[in-house]
Amino acid sequence: MTSILLATADGQGSGEFTGPSIDEFFPTPILFVGTPFELNRIMLIRLLAVAVLILVLWLGTRRMKLVPGRGQVAMEFAVDFARKGIAIDTLGEKDGKRFAPLIMTIFFLTLAMNITGTIPGLQIASTGLIGQAIILSIIAYVAFVYAGIRKFGVGKFFKNALWLPGVPVFIKPIIAVLEVLSTFIVRPVTLTLRLTMNMVAGHMLLVLCFLATGFFFDMIVNGSLWGLIGIGTFAMGVAFVVLEIFVAALQAYIFAILTAIYIQLALAEEH
Amino acid sequence: MHLAFFLSAAEPAAEGSEHSILIPELPDLIWGSIAFLLVLIVIIRVVMPNVTKALDARRDAIEGGIDRAQKAQVEADARKKEYEDALAEARTEAVRIREQARTDGSAILAELKEQAQAEAARIVANAQATIEAERQNALASLRSEVGSLAITLASGVVGESLSDDKKASAMVDRFLADLEADQKAKAKK
Repeated sequence: MTSILLATADGQGSGEFTGPSIDEFFPTPILFVGTPFELNRIMLIRLLAVAVLILVLWLGTRRMKLVPGRGQVAMEFAVDFARKGIAIDTLGEKDGKRFAPLIMTIFFLTLAMNITGTIPGLQIASTGLIGQAIILSIIAYVAFVYAGIRKFGVGKFFKNALWLPGVPVFIKPIIAVLEVLSTFIVRPVTLTLRLTMNMVAGHMLLVLCFLATGFFFDMIVNGSLWGLIGIGTFAMGVAFVVLEIFVAALQAYIFAILTAIYIQLALAEEH
Repeated sequence: MHLAFFLSAAEPAAEGSEHSILIPELPDLIWGSIAFLLVLIVIIRVVMPNVTKALDARRDAIEGGIDRAQKAQVEADARKKEYEDALAEARTEAVRIREQARTDGSAILAELKEQAQAEAARIVANAQATIEAERQNALASLRSEVGSLAITLASGVVGESLSDDKKASAMVDRFLADLEADQKAKAKK
């Protein structure tokens, strides 16, 4: 935020445009400076998102009535979307219920952290920092490997995953190498990068639109009609806010459903 | 100026940063893990039990309602059948009683008729027996009286002179008067 203000202030002073940089995601630490628990603005936003999420989950499910009120219907819709729509529909009744808490946590946590990117005053998503995405990917990775090994044992799980039936024997080793790549390397990497890069790109787009708007409106003040372009950039900015709200929900859904699908593939008898 | 804008927009990270977008930093990892664990704990300990409880309660309520309705329906059906059975039974009972009454009535009538006929027959027989007895009695007494009368009359005729008509007719008159007096005396007796 401060850097945005500084950037616009600079732009006004010198007439030079300064675009947003990746430093947006690395503001100066505020608390516990120098320790591993260093808190900067983004970490505080993350903790705020977690606190609000926990509060909503706790208060929303505390006293659920037989005949739900308006608030409870909304809460039940959200919980049911993750529990039934993602976990149970993908994994089936039994395994779905087993992994529902994990998948719900991934969904709600990602959603809460993503949505701060569009909330006025916060306006940055803490999932844009790669650490959070890596943690969630590792958890998804461990979950589907654990699920497979728990069900089939180590040998049969890796045989199921790598040694595909119905493939000519001389091609099997090549396929196995590809499967190692796709299953155990590409999956976690894509999970991580998809989430982080979506959030980073979204943030950059918003900052760029609004910085440019400020820059062009300054030009009008200075007497240049080129500054009218600022109306267009502002409209773009508003449109991208709407898009970012959608992307925040979509990325949370994608992360959760991919986790569920990976677990389902690990539990499947054969590919 | 515009060129600078597009250039800097195209390469936002070009300014060189001590931070990398691809390398996680320790606070990020630590607070990320804590965030995940907190939410996981809340979901496992709070959300899931509450949701499961609410869903179970709702299913119980719905299934319980259906069960109760079915039970009531079955009970109503049984009660209805019971009433219909009772009604049919009462109807056959009434028919049976009416039939019984009719047969009983005709039997009683027949019996009475028979009794009356028997009584009448008995009375007639009694009367006839009485008449017969009296007739026998009369015959017996007549027979003995006619004999004695004839003898009396004959002795009278023999004792008196039968030549005089006047005497004869007086004789007959006296005899008849005697006979009459005798009859009267007998009747008095």
